[in-house]
Amino acid sequence: MDAYSYQPKLLAGLTKQVLEQHMRQRWLSWVLAHPWQVLLSTALLVILMSAGISKLAFRGDFRIFFSAENPQLQAFEQMQDEFNKTDNILIGVAPAEGTVFSADMLTLLKQLTDAAWQTPYSIRVDSVTNFQHTEADADDLLVEDLLLDVSQLNTDKIAKIERIALSEPALVNRLISTDGRVAAINITVQLPEQDKNKEVFDAYEYARQLTLQFKQQYPQTEFHLAGVIAMNHALAYEAEHDARTLIPFMFLAIVLMLALLLRSVSGAAATIVIIAITITSTLGLAGWAGIFLSTATVNVPTILMTLAVADCVHIIASMQFALSQGEQKSAAIQYSMQRNLVPVFITSSTTAIGFLTLNFSEVPILADLGNMSAVGVMLACLFSLVVLPALLQLLPLKAGKQQQQKDSLMDALAGFIIRRHNLLLPAMLILMLGFSALIPLNKINDEAVKYFAPETQFRQSMDFLDQHLSASASVDFALHSGESSGVNQPEFIAAVEQFSNWLKQQPDVIHVNTVSDTFKRLNQNMHGDDPAYYKLPAQQDEAAQYLLMYEMSLPYGLDLNNQLNLDKSATRITASLKNMGSKEITQFEQSALAYLANHYPQYQASAASTALMFGYIGERNMASMLKTLPLALVLISLLLIFSLRSWRMGLISLLPNIAPAAIGFGIWGWYSGEINLGLSVVASLSLGIIVDDTVHFLAKYQHARQEGRDAEAAVRYAFNSVGRALWITTAVLVIGFSVLMLSSFRLNSDMGLLTAIIILTALVIDFLFLPAFLLKFDTKDSKRHA
Amino acid sequence: MRNYLLTPLLLISLGLAWQPFSLAADEAKGLQIAKERKSRDIGWGDSESQTTMVLRNAAGDESRREMRTAALEVQGDGDKGLTIFDEPRDVRGTAFLNHSHPTAEDDQWLYLPAVKRVKRIASRNKSGPFMGSEFAYEDLSSFEIEKYRFNYLQDEPCGDSNCFVLEQIPADEFSGYSKSIAWLSQQHYQPVKVEYYDRKNTLLKTLTLQDYRQYLDKYWRPHKLSMVNHQTGKSTDLLIHKIEFNTGRTAADFDTNALQRVR
Repeated sequence: MDAYSYQPKLLAGLTKQVLEQHMRQRWLSWVLAHPWQVLLSTALLVILMSAGISKLAFRGDFRIFFSAENPQLQAFEQMQDEFNKTDNILIGVAPAEGTVFSADMLTLLKQLTDAAWQTPYSIRVDSVTNFQHTEADADDLLVEDLLLDVSQLNTDKIAKIERIALSEPALVNRLISTDGRVAAINITVQLPEQDKNKEVFDAYEYARQLTLQFKQQYPQTEFHLAGVIAMNHALAYEAEHDARTLIPFMFLAIVLMLALLLRSVSGAAATIVIIAITITSTLGLAGWAGIFLSTATVNVPTILMTLAVADCVHIIASMQFALSQGEQKSAAIQYSMQRNLVPVFITSSTTAIGFLTLNFSEVPILADLGNMSAVGVMLACLFSLVVLPALLQLLPLKAGKQQQQKDSLMDALAGFIIRRHNLLLPAMLILMLGFSALIPLNKINDEAVKYFAPETQFRQSMDFLDQHLSASASVDFALHSGESSGVNQPEFIAAVEQFSNWLKQQPDVIHVNTVSDTFKRLNQNMHGDDPAYYKLPAQQDEAAQYLLMYEMSLPYGLDLNNQLNLDKSATRITASLKNMGSKEITQFEQSALAYLANHYPQYQASAASTALMFGYIGERNMASMLKTLPLALVLISLLLIFSLRSWRMGLISLLPNIAPAAIGFGIWGWYSGEINLGLSVVASLSLGIIVDDTVHFLAKYQHARQEGRDAEAAVRYAFNSVGRALWITTAVLVIGFSVLMLSSFRLNSDMGLLTAIIILTALVIDFLFLPAFLLKFDTKDSKRHA
Repeated sequence: MRNYLLTPLLLISLGLAWQPFSLAADEAKGLQIAKERKSRDIGWGDSESQTTMVLRNAAGDESRREMRTAALEVQGDGDKGLTIFDEPRDVRGTAFLNHSHPTAEDDQWLYLPAVKRVKRIASRNKSGPFMGSEFAYEDLSSFEIEKYRFNYLQDEPCGDSNCFVLEQIPADEFSGYSKSIAWLSQQHYQPVKVEYYDRKNTLLKTLTLQDYRQYLDKYWRPHKLSMVNHQTGKSTDLLIHKIEFNTGRTAADFDTNALQRVR
């Protein structure tokens, strides 16, 4: 018996509707009679589709995770429009020992700051050395870089710089650590956004070269690159890195698997051709469609290799079986195609449906991943059914050696289950419920920085800087006074100060950048540096004129545009936060906005930041994916009911189709408990893949029952006919998705791991639970559900 | 065959050899044009004007400021300027006095009516924005030969007439620019357009000067100056409503004592 196929009769209903048996026969004969025509016309089509690859480019930009309608993105863009942009590169500088307050280190900081102005697209550079220090000198207001000239550096000057820097609220924890051991230079860049990838690369690369140069001069000093630009760069870099490493690795794994499974050079070569044209056509179509490569879509080749190999292995294995039975090659191919046409089409369709549900994701790149994979799966189906037979017809082929009439292992397993099904059923149910009960251990968490594996350079830099400064998370608050020049009103500044104080009291807040601190400093300066005047100016005109004076004293790029809007009706207050989860950061935002609404309802307030965007996207995405999951389930179940031509079998299939994801997420809750964007799509994605096992098993079982056998015999028949094929495909799929675990981008590695877990679980359920369930409950006379 | 190869090579090497000379010629011509510009603008004495400043951000929001300015020509040194702010209301009466110097730092004082005090600003702010606008101090200060090294680039048609295109490289290390390119009208030797390049030598801003009118049958003054920042998308317009010359102002009106009396 062929190891893997539906009984054609069984699916005749669907088959008759889709393709007349007779038509199929003629079409197959034509393909086999004209293999060259088929290959040449396919080649032409593939070339046309693949030409789109030239339009593909990697895109590194955290905005790829957000659709244009995303409310947090809109709030973020609005705040960037009103105040200056906040895209930045943060260069962390840490001497091997001691603080940065030495002549040597201060010189380094000053030189690095000056050089940083040369960063492409930079509009502003902030550091300890160019901090605009204000000082009263009789009736003069001295406004000057904290360190203007390194030749001034002597013990007194260094001590003065240290004293000022470590007591300046605008600097401490932002550009200098409280202990003075780590300093940072913040480069604000404004990308023209003509060719954003190149711009990000240019800016980042400049900063990187800069740190390398300084590292040569100061080998004992550590340099770190962080900030939004570094993250954008890392996103593109890791995607390219995955493409360079995972895809070849996957290819190697495929070749090995083919060698093991097919033991035929021709068969393996044909499979590789199918995989190659599937991938290039899919990528090409993506290019034509204007889809770019990202950390998500870079997985598509790996996923397609996995799924396409399964199709081909079935077709070739069936053919080898026929050859071993002494059939001629053409006849063997015909035999195989007859048996596999419908199953390959159905399994590809369910998989494509699973992937297509990713369109309901809030994250555009996940929708891209879904669409590309869905198209790719259907292309793989088409190529396996049209090109593969033509290729096989042309290639020299021998019968496979591994085919066996009966698999003793599978027979033993069937026997075991039949004997123990009374015990297995409750045991499996308890296990399923037990693991599913662990699902609540999962928490949605999306922190962009944590998407990167701890080994990646970006993550290490961020982690280092987070330990000493606040680098990764911040929330910007805009407070609108409602009128022009309103920021100078004493009651408004008081509100800003009160709010800033409230922020500073929050346990997770490390630093608050607020204009109220500037007002207090200026008031003190205007009163001969008398500390008693370190308080807010009492009158609006006083505040306005101090501010005007200060603004008129600032050099290029160091103005207050990043804190005050154009007509000074609003101010931006930035709270830098400890590394915190997405739940905590959204809670922090909400309590801050609630504080403002309670205490200052007269002022309009808003909050925005990249961390907030990621904080909300997980929940939003999960909500929309959970809504589509039932839809996917219904669609796929309908397809199964239709193809099995039995409501009863369709309904029975529900449990083994739902359970693997439930168990998988339960295991995940116990293993990690963190659900990120990558994992939120796993349930619907894996559903389309795991139904295949169920449907194959049930089809065989049903066939046997319809032939009049009892449940026991039908289970045994199902195991013998598809058991081996099921574990082989599962092995291929598990290996394929496990390759994604090698990605240093957690969205990919987590997705690969959980999908592999779920696919493996599905096999266990189909082998241990489904037959036990059938043996227990499907005991009636077989005729009744024929 | 050899000739085909040789001739271009010869031409290239000749070109290379000539370049230093042509550059020197450009510098000389640049300086000469700049001197002509300065000399055509000598002797105007003093002036007063009213100005509206319109600030715009990338989103197109607008904010207006009103001010009066007085200027005094100083022979042998930079000019003196006095700016009195009328709007926004909370800085009304604030007066800014500037004594510019061709090479040294400018002297600057601010009179703050809220505290009735004159404060001297000691800073290296010439690259900084004037009143939060896209104009830096150095864009508004008087034109002095000593502030730049000039380089004549070419002639170019501009509007109705022809322009000299001049590269100006600032002499002061605290300038915010690596260079600026000015289009000087051949009609009146005043700039009609200036492109400013930041310290990393990328185009930062473009200033267009429009609506030139002639005063005292000699001196040309623009009445609309538009500065567009290409990097941030922000822009500032300076609209000069009226200019009066020979108002009778003297140096005494431009010292710190006078500052406290301005209204």
